[in-house]
Amino acid sequence: MIPTPDLAHLTKQDYDVVYEPAEDTFILLDALEADAEVLRAIKTPICLEIGSGSGCVSAFLGVILGADAVYLCTDINPHAALCTLRTGAQNKVALSPVIASLASPFAQRLRRKIDVLVFNPPYVPTSADEVLDAQDAGGIAGAWAGGKDGMRVTNVLLGMLDDLLAPEGRFYLVALKQNDIPGITRRLREEQRMDCKIVLQRRAGREHLHVLCITRL
Amino acid sequence: MVRLLTHNLLACHARNCTSNNFPLELRDVSVALREADYSEDFLRGFIPRLEWPALVQAAKQLGEDSLPEEPLDPATATEEQLKALHHVLLEVHIEEGSMVCPGCQHVYPISNGIPNMLLAEHELARS
Repeated sequence: MIPTPDLAHLTKQDYDVVYEPAEDTFILLDALEADAEVLRAIKTPICLEIGSGSGCVSAFLGVILGADAVYLCTDINPHAALCTLRTGAQNKVALSPVIASLASPFAQRLRRKIDVLVFNPPYVPTSADEVLDAQDAGGIAGAWAGGKDGMRVTNVLLGMLDDLLAPEGRFYLVALKQNDIPGITRRLREEQRMDCKIVLQRRAGREHLHVLCITRL
Repeated sequence: MVRLLTHNLLACHARNCTSNNFPLELRDVSVALREADYSEDFLRGFIPRLEWPALVQAAKQLGEDSLPEEPLDPATATEEQLKALHHVLLEVHIEEGSMVCPGCQHVYPISNGIPNMLLAEHELARS
């Protein structure tokens, strides 16, 4: 069992503005750990975590894959990028955080070259106004407010997936039952020729959490 | 922690800026050197993923001129060449400064070792 990254350097003040790892984070860690052998088989992988927040997930990925990988992280929240940097240092993983939306500044150079893409998106269904405000503000609400079906931000990324994912790339996405997983699966298959599998699911309080693994057909 | 590895993967993504938008020019930068674990496998594996001329150019902007103009061949690169690449790619950290698009002159600031690549609403590419 791979230990959860050391986050002792992060304080309550950090968690006032950056999403604190919770059950949705931990199910993602568990899914990555379960796929450790498959992930380790990728040669010199380029990993990109979108919305890296505290940096917990990328640091964990760094423990799985070691030093022969690249760990890029984006977040629209500047304080989250700083926390990601510090979490990398604390766990001796070279995380490279960039303040950015989704994969935007990497999309050109890493066209179809991202081997491991990870996103724990703002998946909570909220009002449409709330999601736009939250993303523009770059604050903590942007970590969860997901719009009408909780898919406002995720849908944007799904639309560009074909341009990002390497031929053998793997995309790990956290989703809720309310996000309509059969609908996501159908759209990915029809519009992007991608396969979408549920690799892990569990209930945590009111949330029925899933981790999806998306690959090319 | 903007290493030249990261710099080599970033391009300007402002609206309508789709050519001459890479590599971003480094300006007014302060750098720190931090030792990193050397991995020959990583370097040989990563060479094909690099835009070599962009790396050489960025290294020169930081006063590092140990890289050859011609890309290293992953199969035949010597240990000495790989050590030079290791240093330039992974041990030189840009802490402060900015990256400027050669085409549209958009300025992306670097602060506390983190580049800010966000664009204002009117600068966004259509999505």
